Amino acid sequence: MDKLKEFVQDQIREDLPKFKSGDHVRVHVRVIEGEKERIQPFEGDVIAIKNSGINKTFTVRKISSGVGVERIFPFNSPKIASIDVLKEGMVRRAKLYYLRKLSGKAARIKSKTR
Amino acid sequence: MSGLLGKKLGMTSVFTEDGKKLPVTVIEAGPCKVVAIKSVETDGYDAMQLGYGEIKEKKVNKPLLGMFVKKGLKPSRLLKEFKGFDTADHKVGDDLTVELFKEEDVVSVTGTSKGKGFQGVMKRHGFGGVGGTTHGQKDRLRAPGSIGQSSWPSRVFKGTRMAGRMGGDQVTVKNLSVVKVIPEKNIILVKGSVPGAVNSIVEINK
Repeated sequence: MDKLKEFVQDQIREDLPKFKSGDHVRVHVRVIEGEKERIQPFEGDVIAIKNSGINKTFTVRKISSGVGVERIFPFNSPKIASIDVLKEGMVRRAKLYYLRKLSGKAARIKSKTR
Repeated sequence: MSGLLGKKLGMTSVFTEDGKKLPVTVIEAGPCKVVAIKSVETDGYDAMQLGYGEIKEKKVNKPLLGMFVKKGLKPSRLLKEFKGFDTADHKVGDDLTVELFKEEDVVSVTGTSKGKGFQGVMKRHGFGGVGGTTHGQKDRLRAPGSIGQSSWPSRVFKGTRMAGRMGGDQVTVKNLSVVKVIPEKNIILVKGSVPGAVNSIVEINK
């Protein structure tokens, strides 16, 4: 469906940084509370990037008070204000679903030293 | 209903301003040429005949080609009548473009659904299938069940829903909202799905 891309090209986000599975990111999400809009960060490891073009999504996993929390973001959503790539991970898979079964020290991702 | 003929190009999605993702169908609509205008005086009803697409002259039969030549037009691949246009505003030879539609319009789209081949009653008519697999019953999960009684009428009524060819029918989907119109490329994006395969001809009615 590449030929359809030109009709939604203006909606594809070029301003966001590139990242891969295994990277540690902070996603700033626009949240509307009543009338006001504020920005809420969500920090965690990218464990999957799916699809391409306008339908691209990525999954961020974090451990929040001992409970694993995953959130799937549409990459091109206007709700995403910005993304900070904090750490580059060293992983050997594109999909890091194995992290779900691990906890504590075993669930760490080695970060790339530059 | 005024409308246009077009070609389904496929589906994609767009984001709204509040971050919702909408599934949309991309349709290349028009430009359509006004080929004939029918009026109450001459034909008994008001309508406009639109032509869509190009076709080689040698592919058109002589009577039809004669009609085009008489009006000084190039032959169109497809002709279709539309009621609901204000016929006084148009004349033969005018081009109608996708600018007929604007965002947030509600349209209905007619097309020929994809052929599904020979299908059973569960897929074709939404039957529930026959019961469970206990009490000695087997191999009947997707069967139609009884199709009639024995001593009377001792025949199967006409129109009884059974397995058979499915798809390839004319289907109209109503109340699709127009998400975006791109006049330079003759493109219209409507929310939701539209009957037919990619590159099939569809009719958009307002």
